[in-house]
Amino acid sequence: MRVSLFVPCFVDQLTPQVGLATAKVLKRLGHEVEFRSAQTCCGQPSFNSGQWDVAREAAVRALEVFRGAEVVVGPSGSCVAMMRQFYPELLKGTPHAAEADDLASRTFEFSEFLVKKLGVTDVGAKFAKKVTYHDGCHALRELRLKEEPRQLLRAVKGLELIETEEGETCCGFGGLFSAKFPMISTAMVQVKGGALARTGADYVVSSDPSCLLQIGGWLSREGKPILPLHIAEVLANDA
Amino acid sequence: MSDSKAIFLKDAAVNAADGDQRAFIRKALGGYYTNRDLQKARYRDWERARDAASMAKWSAVNDLANVLEKFTANFERNGGVVHWARDAAEARAIILKIAEDNKAKAIVKSKCMTSEEIHLNDALEKAGYGVVESDLGEFIQQLRGEAPYHFVFPCMHVKREAISELFTKHLGTAPTDSPEELTMIARRHLRQLYVDADIGITGANFLVAETGQISITENEGNARLTAALPRIHIALSGIEKVVNHLDDLSVLLPMLATAGAGQPMTCYNTLYSGPRKKGECDGPEQFHLVLLDNARTRLLADPEQRDALHCIRCGACLNVCPIFKNIGGLAYGTTYQGPIGSVITPHLRGLKQWNHLSGASSLCGACTDACPVRIDLHHHLLHNRRNAAKESPTLFDQVFHHGFNFVIKRPWLFATGGRIFRATLPLLQKLPLPYMGAWMKTRDLPKAPSQSFRDQWKNQNV
Repeated sequence: MRVSLFVPCFVDQLTPQVGLATAKVLKRLGHEVEFRSAQTCCGQPSFNSGQWDVAREAAVRALEVFRGAEVVVGPSGSCVAMMRQFYPELLKGTPHAAEADDLASRTFEFSEFLVKKLGVTDVGAKFAKKVTYHDGCHALRELRLKEEPRQLLRAVKGLELIETEEGETCCGFGGLFSAKFPMISTAMVQVKGGALARTGADYVVSSDPSCLLQIGGWLSREGKPILPLHIAEVLANDA
Repeated sequence: MSDSKAIFLKDAAVNAADGDQRAFIRKALGGYYTNRDLQKARYRDWERARDAASMAKWSAVNDLANVLEKFTANFERNGGVVHWARDAAEARAIILKIAEDNKAKAIVKSKCMTSEEIHLNDALEKAGYGVVESDLGEFIQQLRGEAPYHFVFPCMHVKREAISELFTKHLGTAPTDSPEELTMIARRHLRQLYVDADIGITGANFLVAETGQISITENEGNARLTAALPRIHIALSGIEKVVNHLDDLSVLLPMLATAGAGQPMTCYNTLYSGPRKKGECDGPEQFHLVLLDNARTRLLADPEQRDALHCIRCGACLNVCPIFKNIGGLAYGTTYQGPIGSVITPHLRGLKQWNHLSGASSLCGACTDACPVRIDLHHHLLHNRRNAAKESPTLFDQVFHHGFNFVIKRPWLFATGGRIFRATLPLLQKLPLPYMGAWMKTRDLPKAPSQSFRDQWKNQNV
């Protein structure tokens, strides 16, 4: 299959290793991977801030960027949810509505693509560490992904998966919410990060790099001995 | 910034920093989660039950005028008197007039959030009536002079010792740390008040159109006494509480109990069918129902958010909301707290003043999953944000988002901007920039890589 990578803007700039790991896993499974460099941001910050006219422009741009792509795969439940759930809502009743629905049907979150579209759970990864998994809210509740990432992690050689308290609790990121209401966002990550740290895991793994930014940022500030890691980075590890 | 937003930001910050109180609330809800899941598991299919409950409300709300007419005709046939109130002031005036006409002195009241919405107690007290809350939690909040913290569990934030002190101070009772004894103190105090009261005011959980009955759900039996002992019963209800059929309650009553409190059924579920009839030995002489609009029809006119009128006030969305659990119910400054409050308050009290509540959410969606009548709560927060940005755009938002859009429309500018951003990140982190400064107070950013993904990809794939 020819996979077009959808790399979130902040992954591009701040955690490029997540994008590279995503490509590595897909290539290892024998797929052709492309990156269309005209892509930037999906428009979610504007969408969530109520600026739907601005977000609509970003959505239309994304339709152009990914036109003709066989499948679009992104290592982020949140950004994929934007494309899949919210582009159709944004572009409903516009000339772009049909194309938005079409793109939505071809767009997948990374773990979802592997398990549900390709039917793969063992990608040949090795990672002899204790990890706990954080469900990003968009992956969990907009895309309804819960078992898929866990199936992938359980198939990783040497990996021990530990579930956490507050398993389905939000980390408090919420995009600009984390900066507009920092006191609430911080209280939320204290609850979530505290529970994750108490698992005794070496890593907190998630399919959502934005949650990892929040959780990792707080864990780092508090000096907790557990590190954030994207699921693609775990799956890319074969040494 | 609106006044209500400034107060919210201040109160939310104070409460979010109070680790002990937050832990207390989480612990208080711990038993609820276990019981709720246990009770949900007894349903053959909880999701189908949600569909049924949602449909029962949908069919009434989407035909509200007709269903209300049917209900009121049957209610009047049962001997009750219907009063229509367009807003809070009219509702208060109606209730005060009933009290005046009947030369009432003492009033006892059972739990009714709609009465909080219209600030009824204030109005009654100002007019010289004594009014006592008979629900234990509301009674405690009344003594504390505080609004309900949670619209189902009004005093969930109050520790047992504080309740004991409160009773000692106001009722002169000996200190105790036994919950049973505290309940008995309130019970002994309230018993005589039911007997002395001329008027009992209750809310209504459901209005049944086909029978003209009012359904009230409670755990303490106080609403029954409030409705039955005084010579006048006044029920106050929002117009959206009506359902078509008695049979609708067969799904709505258990779901209200399970979703809201983790109970199979609430202890007392009573249907009230009018005043005392000839030959009956008890019940009120008069039975009034005040039906309140208070901007509910504004919500009804909005097809996108009309489902918010499905709300049965179970409180499930508050119980699972990480915002509610971390800032507490009082910080909202609204009658209805939590996600449903954040959705409907802008409709009830003005978008400009109350949109900040829709902004104060990570949009995690736990509320929407918990809602037994399938209100699309977290997406409605997005709708409120969109409507507010249209109705009263702020200059900062305009500049920020259009500026951001200018950049992301131009991949070369995005890449160049990103390069500058990464190179200067160590410096930027020290500056009091909007957004980033707030982030950096409690969290670190990852160390910026020297090359972006797009740069590395280009280098690898040439």
